[in-house]
Amino acid sequence: MDFGRISRRHLLQGGAALTLGAAAGVRPAFAADTTIGFIYVGSRDDYGYNQAHAQGAAALKKIPGLKVVEEEKVPETDAVEKTIESMINLDGASLLFPTSFGYYNPHMIKMANKFPKLRFEHCGGLWSDKDPKNAGSYFGYIDEAQYISGIVAGYTSKTGKLGFVAAKPIPQVLRNINAFALGARLANPKATTQVIFTGDWSMPVKEAEATNSLIDQGVDVLTCHVDGPKTMVENAARRGAMVCGYHVNQSPLAPKAYLTGAEWNWEALYPKFVKMIAAGESIPNFYRGGLKEEIVKTSPYGEAVSAEARKHADDVKAKFLSADGYAIFKGGLLDNKGKTVIAAGTDRGQKDPELEKMDYLVEGVIGATS
Amino acid sequence: MADGSIGLWTVPLAVLGGAIRVSTPFLFVSLGECITERSGRINLGLEGTLVMGAMSAYGISYLTGSPWLGVLAAGITGALLGALHAGICSLPRVNDVAVGIALMLFGTGLAFYLGKPLIEPTAPRLPAIDFGWWSDIPQLRAALRVNVLFLIGVALAPILYWAFRTTRWGLLIRTAGESSDAARAMGHSVLLIRLRATMVGGFLAGIGGSFLSLFYPGSWNEGLSSGQGITAVALVIFARWDPLLCLWASLAFGGAAALGPALQSVGVTSGYHLFNAAPYILTLAIMIVTCSPKRTLTGAPAELSITR
Repeated sequence: MDFGRISRRHLLQGGAALTLGAAAGVRPAFAADTTIGFIYVGSRDDYGYNQAHAQGAAALKKIPGLKVVEEEKVPETDAVEKTIESMINLDGASLLFPTSFGYYNPHMIKMANKFPKLRFEHCGGLWSDKDPKNAGSYFGYIDEAQYISGIVAGYTSKTGKLGFVAAKPIPQVLRNINAFALGARLANPKATTQVIFTGDWSMPVKEAEATNSLIDQGVDVLTCHVDGPKTMVENAARRGAMVCGYHVNQSPLAPKAYLTGAEWNWEALYPKFVKMIAAGESIPNFYRGGLKEEIVKTSPYGEAVSAEARKHADDVKAKFLSADGYAIFKGGLLDNKGKTVIAAGTDRGQKDPELEKMDYLVEGVIGATS
Repeated sequence: MADGSIGLWTVPLAVLGGAIRVSTPFLFVSLGECITERSGRINLGLEGTLVMGAMSAYGISYLTGSPWLGVLAAGITGALLGALHAGICSLPRVNDVAVGIALMLFGTGLAFYLGKPLIEPTAPRLPAIDFGWWSDIPQLRAALRVNVLFLIGVALAPILYWAFRTTRWGLLIRTAGESSDAARAMGHSVLLIRLRATMVGGFLAGIGGSFLSLFYPGSWNEGLSSGQGITAVALVIFARWDPLLCLWASLAFGGAAALGPALQSVGVTSGYHLFNAAPYILTLAIMIVTCSPKRTLTGAPAELSITR
């Protein structure tokens, strides 16, 4: 057998196929048979971050003429560049959603420069004028929903002690913890929120241990910011504590213990993006929004939520939805070391970019960022 | 106390609870690996076996409604993976470490692939025995909710210790591990002994996996093991191939895993990464203290590819 000749022939065939694929990839944007690529850092049915995006992708699949290609468990390394290139060259994707934080710089930026006619939409990044014009970053102010969860948790807790199982002390996580704690203090000015950092996005054993330790400390309502809240929700419910969910609705996991939760609403946003493109409008490169813009939502209240809590939470939600909006982080705000982090008189509105650099925990949170 | 908090007592209690809750997979995998290594082979693939065990236990428990059938399925899956390892290693000039690494990747990959539809459903869990009935402190009662598998594991350690010393099978396994020539001269097939030892090791590791998915943390997801299988294999070396020491080492690792979150919960918030690394620092320290350039590790089976 002559393996050399076969492999050479295959090589030529493969090369030809690749060239054809590349030529096909650079077709005019958004013809009737548009292909959209989704890239997830984890498993797309994790009851968490990736599932929320996959639900958004599923909403796009229902639109006629759209083809969705997906790849899961792509690490935040060069691997994502390879995935993007193969989605473009082999599948003909013309709109890409690399959904994990670490994909943005340098990987997606590099790809956006390489394929200037295609559109890249990244979740969580901070697009600036220096970045390519065909790239964009979108994100939701999910702290608004966490604030609502905090109000509900504050009313429901009997001990006044709330718990927060968090992955890493980065700005997005700290903002959620702070919003939850501030919401809880609206309901109960003495409420404390104890935070435990597990160190990484998916550490089921650590998350379970953190949940148990918090409950041992007298915490009776918990929430979290990790990739898969399933572990926290199930273990807390088993110990008889109440929970607020995150990313997607986890109430099927613990119907009795589930109060409410902060959910992404990508299934509303992604079709909106596609309609904007189809209508010839351009998506703003820096796209942000909260409850009003339908980028985030709250889970329906569980049966354990009192009428008083529902009313207060609904009132605040109405303020978020109003034309004036609502500021969670208002002036005269102290961190948990007693330092003033927002001076009296300055309200930081939700769109304030300063909030995306948050590096402190507010008064009422027990824990430290390092 | 009035608000149900027990303050600083949380830390020792969490370490105790952690030792009971977290240690079981370590215990089963390390006891299984102990049997395999005593027969003269290293099966590094137990991480894959653990994850496959967790997945198959969850799947079977979900489909049949019986968690105990899930445990059995996990054991059988583990034994099959063990047989695969032993089968490949019985071919001439095959390196057992390399096969182990391949099987580790194979096992985790296969489990993730087959386990996709199992992430969402909730399967029936293994029951817990309430050993804290005498106490009215809820935290203590929670820490003392013990699973039967943990008790089986604890009982297994001294049984294995005894079996290695006094039973025919134990001595045969050790002979195969110390000198395959001697075992062959006695008329025994070394490959067959090692096949059985690796299958039993895989069986136990699979059961360890079923504890992860059916008891604690108690659901199937892809980050479930996060390296516990490979840690447990290292534990065996750390425990000098002694089942009783495997038990203590597993308890220490379980307790240490609970230390980081517990310290944060009482307000020791700085350096939590360091506390999370406590088990590994402990391992390194003991390895450094007990190593010697003059001799091989005491207790190491002479036929192991790392000591030979």
